[in-house]
Amino acid sequence: MAAVHPDESRPDDTSAARLGRGVPAWLQALPFSAAFLVFFVLPLALVVMISFWEYNQYEIIPAFTLRNYADIFAGCANGADLCVTLRTYLSTLKFTLATWGVTLVLGFTVAYFLAFHVRTLPMQIACFVVCTVPFWTSNVIRMIAWMPLLGRHGLINDTLISLGLIREPIEWLLYSDFSVVLALVHLYTLFMIVPIFNSMMRIDRSLIEAARDAGASSWQILWNVIVPLSRTGIVIGSIFVVTIVMGDFVTVGVMGGQQIASVGKTIQVQTAYLQFPIAAANAVILLAIVLMTIWCLTRLVDIRKAL
Amino acid sequence: MDRDRRTPGFYLLAAVFAGFVLFLYGPMLGIFVLSFQGPEGGLTFPMRGVSLHWFERLFEGIGVIDVGAAFRRSLALGAVVMVLTILLSLLAGLAFRKRFAGSTLLFYVTIASLIMPSIIVSLGIGLQFRLVDTGIKALADQMGWYDFLSAYTTSMGLFTSGLGAHLTWTLPFGLLIMFAVFNRFNPAFEEAASDLGATPWQRFRHVVLPMIGPSLIGVGMFGFTLSWDEIARSSQAIGDVNSLPLELQGLTTTVTTPVIYALGTLTTVVSFLVIGVSLGSLALWRRRLRQRAAG
Repeated sequence: MAAVHPDESRPDDTSAARLGRGVPAWLQALPFSAAFLVFFVLPLALVVMISFWEYNQYEIIPAFTLRNYADIFAGCANGADLCVTLRTYLSTLKFTLATWGVTLVLGFTVAYFLAFHVRTLPMQIACFVVCTVPFWTSNVIRMIAWMPLLGRHGLINDTLISLGLIREPIEWLLYSDFSVVLALVHLYTLFMIVPIFNSMMRIDRSLIEAARDAGASSWQILWNVIVPLSRTGIVIGSIFVVTIVMGDFVTVGVMGGQQIASVGKTIQVQTAYLQFPIAAANAVILLAIVLMTIWCLTRLVDIRKAL
Repeated sequence: MDRDRRTPGFYLLAAVFAGFVLFLYGPMLGIFVLSFQGPEGGLTFPMRGVSLHWFERLFEGIGVIDVGAAFRRSLALGAVVMVLTILLSLLAGLAFRKRFAGSTLLFYVTIASLIMPSIIVSLGIGLQFRLVDTGIKALADQMGWYDFLSAYTTSMGLFTSGLGAHLTWTLPFGLLIMFAVFNRFNPAFEEAASDLGATPWQRFRHVVLPMIGPSLIGVGMFGFTLSWDEIARSSQAIGDVNSLPLELQGLTTTVTTPVIYALGTLTTVVSFLVIGVSLGSLALWRRRLRQRAAG
């Protein structure tokens, strides 16, 4: 570009300059920006603000108090028993780690298969589309779909009983930690597959040839070439899955039979009881933890890059 | 690796992939089949006859819930979200091709909205509209508009707070698609149009729009289906009447008949219809372009 238009000092702007500005860019971006200002930035600011307000049974009262935060961690200081808040966070952390681990391994395997073992592009696209179609259907329906399989008299229990493998139906299949993680994996593995697949498709195939010529085994190629080069996709996928699961309350609610705690569910319940300031304080804490997690995940990339 | 021979690893991975696809689709197919359960049938297999009984029951309403009304509400909201997502993403996409102050900030805000836990966004929008209500009531009280005050309930609703909540979810997808589109867009076409004397509007209308049209259909498809199935962000911000997926979520704990599967099948059919119509219009658009190029 710079060579074609030597008189332009900023090569990126040449075509824009040649074309004339038309409508100014800021004006074009205005409706989009306004939507995010009104429905995203402002609400978040309000959440932070109201987390310092006071409330009673009837109304919320402007103030500056740390009482909501103190209430959340009430009883957490006296070691022996874990307080409700910490137990809720531990439960959420457990779901997050389990879902993250399974979706990462499963998503990586599927993406690896699509990117390196499916040979023609049309076939790759076809397989990829097959993976993405369920994304277009409702999450609740995809959760409900497990019930005829996992229920006390569901397909799995019935089959096991008729085969004589068990006498009593297995209770932990539905409305349990197991069913929550199963549903989360079912819903969100796609969020791992897409970015990892995208990263893998950009890997220069000659690097793999070179590694093979230098005598690397398939495992060495996978671990020392493909995994590091898919790093960006792995981190993006992880950020998606971790943030979704940490804030989740729908899946935990439906698949846990409304009996299992999660941070998102706590916020939802407190909102339902109109305890907005304490719900907001919980949201601020959740937000802080999510941001720290994202920060750590992005650091992970840089550390790996430096090594 | 000999390119022509499949390694044992391939068959193992292919088996994992096949298992994954079965895992994705198996349960869904199960409830589609079960929604045609006979009138005597229950929530699980076996099927006791085949009928449309549960679809008929669905339109009579489930308990206090008017399914038809929720269906129409969600359809209307999805349509509005779709149109706004196309318009706003297109305009923002065009803006990001040039430079403007705050473009980096806007980009990060958009990404933040994509990965922000939905319950926080939902709570924030809910709080915002409650504060607006408080403000409006105080104002009406001050001004002595007592008729207005007694009739006023809330500013929260499907097309205010609900719409906003959905947009924070659909717009990031829309913008990212526009980025992908304009990254591959060759500005030479526009330069040629300008050299031939086209105004900026003519350049957009007759050069840019026909080329990016198919992608806009894609943005619209994202906008509608994401809105159609949205729960988490609307949950605290929808106001007095629920959208269809929220009603569906509420039903999971109370309904014990296959009518819930019928509802699931119905909403999935709508999603697939929208995808089908989008892909169809996409093919039509491409063919028209090719014909024009040939003729």
